[in-house]
Amino acid sequence: MTSSRAAWIFAWTLLAPAILYVLVIVAWPLVETFRLSFTDASLRKVTNYVGTANYEKIFNETFLGVIWRTFTWTFFSVALKMIIGTFGAVLLNAAVPGRHLFRILTMPPWIVPMAIGIFMWGWMYNGQFGMISGLLQRFGLTDGPVAFLAYGETAYWATIVTDVWIGVPMVTIYFLAAIQAIPKDLYEAAWADGASRWTRFRRITLPLMMPAVITMSMLSLIATFNSFDIIWILTQGGPSGSTTTMIIDTYHTAIGSKKYGEGAARAVVICIFLSLFCLAYFRVTRKLQNLGGKE
Amino acid sequence: MALFHDRNTPMIDRYRWWEVIAIYAGIFVFLFFLLAPFIEGFLVSLKPLAELFSTPYSFWPENGSFTAYVTMWERVPGFAWYVFNSFLISTVSTLIVLLLVVPAAYAFARFDFRGMGLVLGGFLAVSMFSGAVLLIPLFRLMRSLGMLNTYWAMIIPGAAFLIPSAIWLLRTYMMRIPNELNEAAWTDGASQFYTFRRVVLPIASPGIIVVAIVTFIGAYSQQFIFALTFNSKTEYMPLPIGLYAFFGKQDVVWNELMAAAFVGIAPAMVIIFFLQRYLVGGLTAGAVK
Repeated sequence: MTSSRAAWIFAWTLLAPAILYVLVIVAWPLVETFRLSFTDASLRKVTNYVGTANYEKIFNETFLGVIWRTFTWTFFSVALKMIIGTFGAVLLNAAVPGRHLFRILTMPPWIVPMAIGIFMWGWMYNGQFGMISGLLQRFGLTDGPVAFLAYGETAYWATIVTDVWIGVPMVTIYFLAAIQAIPKDLYEAAWADGASRWTRFRRITLPLMMPAVITMSMLSLIATFNSFDIIWILTQGGPSGSTTTMIIDTYHTAIGSKKYGEGAARAVVICIFLSLFCLAYFRVTRKLQNLGGKE
Repeated sequence: MALFHDRNTPMIDRYRWWEVIAIYAGIFVFLFFLLAPFIEGFLVSLKPLAELFSTPYSFWPENGSFTAYVTMWERVPGFAWYVFNSFLISTVSTLIVLLLVVPAAYAFARFDFRGMGLVLGGFLAVSMFSGAVLLIPLFRLMRSLGMLNTYWAMIIPGAAFLIPSAIWLLRTYMMRIPNELNEAAWTDGASQFYTFRRVVLPIASPGIIVVAIVTFIGAYSQQFIFALTFNSKTEYMPLPIGLYAFFGKQDVVWNELMAAAFVGIAPAMVIIFFLQRYLVGGLTAGAVK
């Protein structure tokens, strides 16, 4: 009995530093964001409680537009990551010479400091001298130079493409691991029955990698929803708000204009969405485990 | 297409010639998408400015040279410092994370007291919130602790967001250590702490190394928002922010910026090359479940 009590103390002592750290750096700021959202906090010394004034102020058409844009931006980005990731994983799984090298070559966008990869995209999107506009012109696909980051529509898609570029390597490697975990005898049995490669992919690979796709799309959804660096470096939310997602909007309000209270209210709205995603994620992974689709 | 076959290739893995072509074409397109920015960035670093700012666009440098790699050091006087700062911030963050995570992961792997499942779920939930959302209180916290414009303002918040995946990864590793070892140590009269330090840690060290590498890479690649917001001193800037200041200028000297970027990412590339075996396993396990 004493030993189990000693073990209890020991276990919680081991956990205490990490718990404390996360409480101070993550949990307390979360609570504090909530509190600040009901104040008029700014650079001034005095802070007053203003009730729900911040929320009343921010809920207008512009903010609803920002929320809608955040969702569509996130949706397109995650969908493209999943499609390209599946495509890449299936190709890298093929038993062809060079596959080990190809797997290493997928990793740079993920490992290199994000900001630096984004600088390179910034140049590629340059209208007059950049690679994409240059190649489009050379092949006669556009009449003149296209300054991708100067127009709302193209900037929106340009930031999505860069986000996809950063996310694809991890998704691909994760899907590849999932594909390789599928028992080989399933393929052999299907092959012996005369199933074509396409049938084997559709009837074995795709259904058995589904749990991994679902898990990854939830994780990717959360990460993409939080995406800051790409948009900030490429457009800072512009031109005229066409790439302003909720995170960028909050940053402009809180750090740019120093309206901490109003910024906090905007951050709380993000937190509510994130909590919902988080709950959905836990529920989905639990369901997958119950189905026996562990890992 | 007998080219790639020998007697050991299983029948199921044999492709017809057009399948091989389709696979390689697909891989080419896929890798081109992922590597194009680096290829283009490298070619840009070789081109003289006059050639860069000329139309029509030319892919290959005509008078390519490595001049930008020399002149870049003058244009970005703090460059060596930026690289040093990036390494310092990542190293200290990794050390903090390891100090917190190694004991915690062991506790999660070995004990199952009431409330621990909830705490583990709590850690996982942490990774769902990015620093960007919590920026306002963190900014005020750093300001009241007098940490704005110091290394700590970039290290302390960043480390918190690296903890969840590190715990998850190391816990998975430590669960594979057989419990019999603990029991044997216990019968020999060893204390819990002695067992942890002298029995478990040595066995877990390969796992700890993987977690250290993964955490370091995470810390190295995600230095942006805290450094952008909590520090304005040039001498403490990590590489991405140092180059961002340069990127934001009116006339960007693109060839030198790209040269600086390549010198800056060279260490990361070397790490990938030597450690890719650990990385693939480590990074994916961190995301699993």
